[in-house]
Amino acid sequence: MSVRHALLALLSEGPKYGLQLRHEFEARTGEVWPLNVGQVYTTLQRLERDGLVESDNAVEEGPQKGFRITADGEEELAAWLRTPPDLSSPPRDELVIKVLVASRLPGVDVHEVVQAHRRYLVQLMQEWTRLKEYAADRDLSFALVVDAELFRLDSLVRWLDAADGRIKRAAVEPVAPARPGLPKIPRKVEVRP
Amino acid sequence: MTVLELRQTSKTYGAGPTEVPALRHVDLSVDEGELVAVMGPSGSGKSTLLTIAGSLEEPTSGEVLVCGRALSGMSRNERSRLRRRVIGYVFQDFNLLAGLTAVENVSLPVELDGTSIKAARDLGMRALDELGLADRATRFPDELSGGERQRVAIARAVVGDRQLLLADEPSGALDSNNGDAVMRLIRSACQRGVAGVVVTHDAQLASWADRVVFLRDGRIVDQTLPPAGPESLLAPSGNP
Repeated sequence: MSVRHALLALLSEGPKYGLQLRHEFEARTGEVWPLNVGQVYTTLQRLERDGLVESDNAVEEGPQKGFRITADGEEELAAWLRTPPDLSSPPRDELVIKVLVASRLPGVDVHEVVQAHRRYLVQLMQEWTRLKEYAADRDLSFALVVDAELFRLDSLVRWLDAADGRIKRAAVEPVAPARPGLPKIPRKVEVRP
Repeated sequence: MTVLELRQTSKTYGAGPTEVPALRHVDLSVDEGELVAVMGPSGSGKSTLLTIAGSLEEPTSGEVLVCGRALSGMSRNERSRLRRRVIGYVFQDFNLLAGLTAVENVSLPVELDGTSIKAARDLGMRALDELGLADRATRFPDELSGGERQRVAIARAVVGDRQLLLADEPSGALDSNNGDAVMRLIRSACQRGVAGVVVTHDAQLASWADRVVFLRDGRIVDQTLPPAGPESLLAPSGNP
């Protein structure tokens, strides 16, 4: 999450004070990402240094100091919104690694390992679903954040289900040994906006 | 009060070399007001578990009790009555009767149970109204959207005074917003005291349940722990 761009977005609505920016940031992200006040001021100082925001020079540093976005800031914000985040290389996912290791280790029941992770993920999803049930209708940002988290966890459960099935099938009909010409997983793919 | 109880329930299809065990020694009890999800891959025995709980099929061994009464001791007629009065079933593909309007579909089980047409219709209207479908009451199924059809199917499953709601992949091919709406309705039926069992392979649906049990090769292999409460997600230390 880019605090820098979130602050630019808030300032694009009009000039604001530092403390106000912190409150609004937390409210808009469904209070799921708490932000300390130091982070806000450091980020604002950097934005000012880069010419993306301006402040009231007359007032001392502190919660009463006002900030506004510059034309360069507006441009930076517009470009950031349309730049896809870098998802091109597979992340080093701890869950994937644990299942890969379990599938090779003698004496380990990989299905039991998969189930332990599945149960944990479903329990987390139950808690997020309770949040959705009680609060999501009241706040759009909050609902969007909760949905994102549920879809993310769901994709992990679906991967575990697929892995479970694949490992079960492989035990019955062992897969052919890997040939030297196995395609490489792309490490870096250029993303054009 | 325990509404549904499966004791050491097993089901085997076929015999001899072609024998296929679908359920093996399943113990499961669902209390009044509780929503339980049964998760498992296809072929794990989920649907068999549900049809046995709904008395649509008989177990090969073990016992099924609904509201404390063993199904094995009931006559065919008694079981049919139980299905009309106590058990509501929601199918994946809705199973609404195409020639009947929404309210006729919903009131049919009550009417079949001997209630007058007028009284059955009133109960049907009330169930539709609770699901926000009062203005769709006289529409035929093909005049309703997929989401509306599934809500009508839920109304039919909870109409009257049902105590057990069984749902097989109740969001079917609905999108996630409609799937959520379906689960909200099932949950609110449970909050009114109905015991619910939803079988699904979908973790997002299952996460609406109070308890999720995991089925694998016909056996219950695991279940979720009681919830820690949503506040745990927002606590500073446990922040994801």
